[in-house]
Order: sequence, then C-alpha cells, then structure tokens
Amino acid sequence: MSEYAIEMRNQLVGLFGIVERNVYLTKRYFLWDLAFMVWTIANTLTIVFIARSAGLHAAAENTLATRLLVGATIWAFLGIIFEFMTETVAWERWEGTIEYTFMAPLSRLVHLFGQGAFAVLYGLIRAMILFFAVAAFIGIHAPQANYGAAFALLAIGSISFIGVGIMTSVLPLISPEKGAQLGFVAQGVMLAVSGVYYQVSVMPEWMQWIAKISPATYVLRGDRNSIIHGAGLAWVDVWPLLIIAVLATPIGLAVFRVGERHAKKHGKLKRSG
Amino acid sequence: MSSLATPTTDLTSRLDRNAPAVEVRDLRKTFQRRDRKAGRFARKRPWPALDDITFTIARGECVAILGQNGSGKSTLVRLLSTLLIDDGGEARIFGHDVDREASTIRRLVNRVSVEASFFKKMSAAENLSYAARFYGMTPRQTRVAVPEILASVGFPPERRGESMEHLSRGMQQKVALARALLTSPVLLLLDEPTTGLDPRSKLEVQEFIRAVRSEHDATILLCTHDMAEAETLADRIGILDRGRLLFLEPVEDVKRRFGVQTLEQAFFAATGREFENEGQDDEDDEYREVFA
Repeated sequence: MSEYAIEMRNQLVGLFGIVERNVYLTKRYFLWDLAFMVWTIANTLTIVFIARSAGLHAAAENTLATRLLVGATIWAFLGIIFEFMTETVAWERWEGTIEYTFMAPLSRLVHLFGQGAFAVLYGLIRAMILFFAVAAFIGIHAPQANYGAAFALLAIGSISFIGVGIMTSVLPLISPEKGAQLGFVAQGVMLAVSGVYYQVSVMPEWMQWIAKISPATYVLRGDRNSIIHGAGLAWVDVWPLLIIAVLATPIGLAVFRVGERHAKKHGKLKRSG
Repeated sequence: MSSLATPTTDLTSRLDRNAPAVEVRDLRKTFQRRDRKAGRFARKRPWPALDDITFTIARGECVAILGQNGSGKSTLVRLLSTLLIDDGGEARIFGHDVDREASTIRRLVNRVSVEASFFKKMSAAENLSYAARFYGMTPRQTRVAVPEILASVGFPPERRGESMEHLSRGMQQKVALARALLTSPVLLLLDEPTTGLDPRSKLEVQEFIRAVRSEHDATILLCTHDMAEAETLADRIGILDRGRLLFLEPVEDVKRRFGVQTLEQAFFAATGREFENEGQDDEDDEYREVFA
C-alpha cells in the first residue's frame, strides 16, 4: 500500500474512532439524553400549542401547527449539531483529553467532520422522535406529507450545518469560559433570519438578504413544503444548500485553523483546572 | 512487554537516522502574566516560560529534566507535543521541525502527563481503543492489542470494562502509560508521570518505564520534580530553573562539577536557592494566561 493510501486508511479509522467514542458516551449518558428529550418535547409543545390559541378554523390551525412543529424540530436538530460541534473542544477540555486528541495524527478536517457526522445521525434520530411525538400529542394530521423528501433535504442541509458548526467549534478554543455558549448565539441568529416560525418575507429586507446565505432557510422552506403539501425534493432548495455546503466546510476549517493556531500561541490548548 | 501494537505506518521511513531524537536550539516561549501584587486589573507582563534553552537527546537515551512547578517543564513537553507554538528558536524531533512538520511529529511522539486525562464515563478498554483509532488501529487490532498492553502494565483484566472514574489514581496512570505505548512512539514524553501516586504505584510505573526502555527502541524525555526518580531512570539530568536550562549532564558529572553529594545540593550550588523552597514563584492560574 502506498503511503498516501495508508494515510487515507488511517484517517478513515480515526473518523470511525470519533463516531465510536460518541456512541460509547451516548450509551453511558442515555438517561440524561432521555431527560433532555423530554425537555425538548415539552419546549416544542409550548410553541406548537400557539396554533390552538390562534382562533383559526381546523384546517388552518393544522397547517399553522405543522409549520410551527417543523420550525421547532429544525431548531432542535440544529441545536444538537451546534452543541456537538462546540463540545468538540469544550467537552474534551473538561474531560482533560484535549491535549491527547490535538497531538494525535488525525487531520483536523476528519476530526471535526467525524464529530459533525455523529451529530447529524444523532440529531436526525432525535428530530424524528420529536416530530412524531409532538404530532401525535397535538393531533396534527399530515396525510400528504412526503417524509422521504423532507428527510433527504435535512440530510443535504446537514453538510452545510456541519460547515457552519465547524466555525462555531473554534469558539471554546478562543474563550474557554464562554465560547461554548456562543455556539447557541450562532444557532439562534441563523434560525431567526431563516424564518424558523414565520415566512422570511415578514422580516425587514436586510434580514431577507442574510436569509439567502443561511442553509436553514432552504431546509425550513423545503421541509414545510414536503410535510404540508407533499412536495418532493425541489432543486430550488437543493442547489443553494449544495453551494453553501461546498463553501461552508473549507471556510469553517480555515476559521478553526486560525483559532487553533491562536490557542497554541497563547497556551489555551490545554485541559482546564 | 512483548505486545505493543504494530505500527500501522512505517515510522522508520519518517526517521532521519543521523539526526538526534530531540534537538532544541535557543527555544523561547513567553506567556503574559499579571503581577498578583499589582492587583487584578494590572497590565499583563511577559513571563518567560522557556528562555533560550538548547539541548539534544540521542536516540534511545533517557533524559530527565528536573524543575519545580512553574520552571517550564510542561511548556517544554507541550512544545515538543505540537500543542504550543514557540516564540523563537527551533525544536526538531528526528530531524523534523516541530512546528512546520507537526503531522509527522504526531506519528512519532506520545506522552504521559501528570493528569491521566480520560473520558471518565468510558472504560479503560474503550479509552484505549478510542486513542488507538487516531493512530490507524482498527477494532480488530485493538481487540488483541488493548488487553495485551493492559496486562503488560499490570492492569487487572476483570476491570477493563469499568468506568475510569471508578479506578484509583495509580490504575489510571497505568492506563495512561498503556495509551502512550499502544501507538509505539519512538519518542515518549513523560511529564511528572508518578506525581501523586502512592509509593507502590510509583515503583510499578518506574519499573515499567525501565522495561519500555530496555525492550523497545524508544527515546524518553522525563520531566519531574522527583530527584530520586530522575537519578534512577535517566542517563543524563538537566535542571530547568525559571525557564533556563542550567545544565544537562550525567548525574555523576553534575555532582563532580559542583563538588556535592546530592542533586539537591547541586541545585543549591547552581541557583543559590533550596529546591524545596521553589514554587513561591509558581504560576497562578488566576493571574497568568496559561500555566506551564
């Protein structure tokens, strides 16, 4: 095997290692994750119940409830991705393993992408549970829903989300104390400009411009169309996501590299305490 | 000790056989630190953690760097581990520059630090498998290698599946040694590996370090503040004092040079201060940007 082939193989094994570690940890923290899931469902119910109080006729109420549920589900999904990505550094710093991971011969792209890949898998499972649990609880009817298309679009959008998540994962490197929380700021801002519970068109024009470069805009629009109207995978939603995905990952990696170099220069790449 | 993992890459192709294992020239690292007496809002000042240090370590050699807390030992280890970027000078490992060829260095080096540092909810076997994946070891390989390496450090097989948080400090440090050796490093950086261990665990770890040296082609840099440990394990001993390497020589040469019987006396002769009294100038996390 050539040296290049060996290196590729090693990197793939490393990628598997990241995912495998997260599986181990998810198993160990399963009951906590279950409690967190209950909180997410309760939180989503508080949003979706707004449709019941709007005084609409049954069909319109059902459509509004579905619109809110899709928004809340995407919010929860993105929350998981940003949480995992910012924890790439924060969690390892807390456990004390950060120095061992960062001195290992694993490329940063593989390291971060492995973390993102697990986040997407885990987030998709949670999103499905959340969606169907709340839909059942509220009594939402979506007879035309094209779940396959909605799921596929979410998966395509996830590549962009990982890219943006890589950018946020650098924050705990720069600020060990507050960096992880800043990931949630990125999540909130992205969803606010993407029409998480409303149409993008209701926002001021400058926000609508920002919405165009947010991958969440296309995922929210496409998934609502698939679930409410039964629409298939629309190219008009797919191509912006592909372009953002192609750009977001290298930009995210470049941002992370700058942050990592800063941390190495100032001695911040170390365990806490 | 016969069952260390077979490297998944040909490390020998990355080694310059004519180069020293470690070559450090005029290496400098300065952090910013507030003077604690000047108050919390005082301006930070440069604080040299490493001040123009120069030394070489030959392949297969074991060198101990002695120094109190804050002397710069950990900064040196972290620089050689590619976790810090220097402010001047250069450090090369088997001919490779630590900063510019970091990815090559990472295949050659592993370390054990004073804190064992594991995912506490994961077991010893899971933690070792996780670490080994980064070095290209597949599940099939670690299924064999992990139990063997744990057995070689005297880790009870029935406790392999227990969470790390349930293991004693000594047990955790053995797992840390196993983690470092699992990847067959050619340079092993030991940063106070026995600090905080009970006497028995300390002896076991020291015995293991001796075994690693005698049975494997590993070069060892041991940073410690335990003078007896340095004397029994190392070929040469250096004293790092406030970022400056005072000397690096065989222990007998050190004693002869200063005309003393012990390393403590040599430290006093070299610095004019008692070794035990050091630490008054230790870095304070609250005041200093980083601790060395």
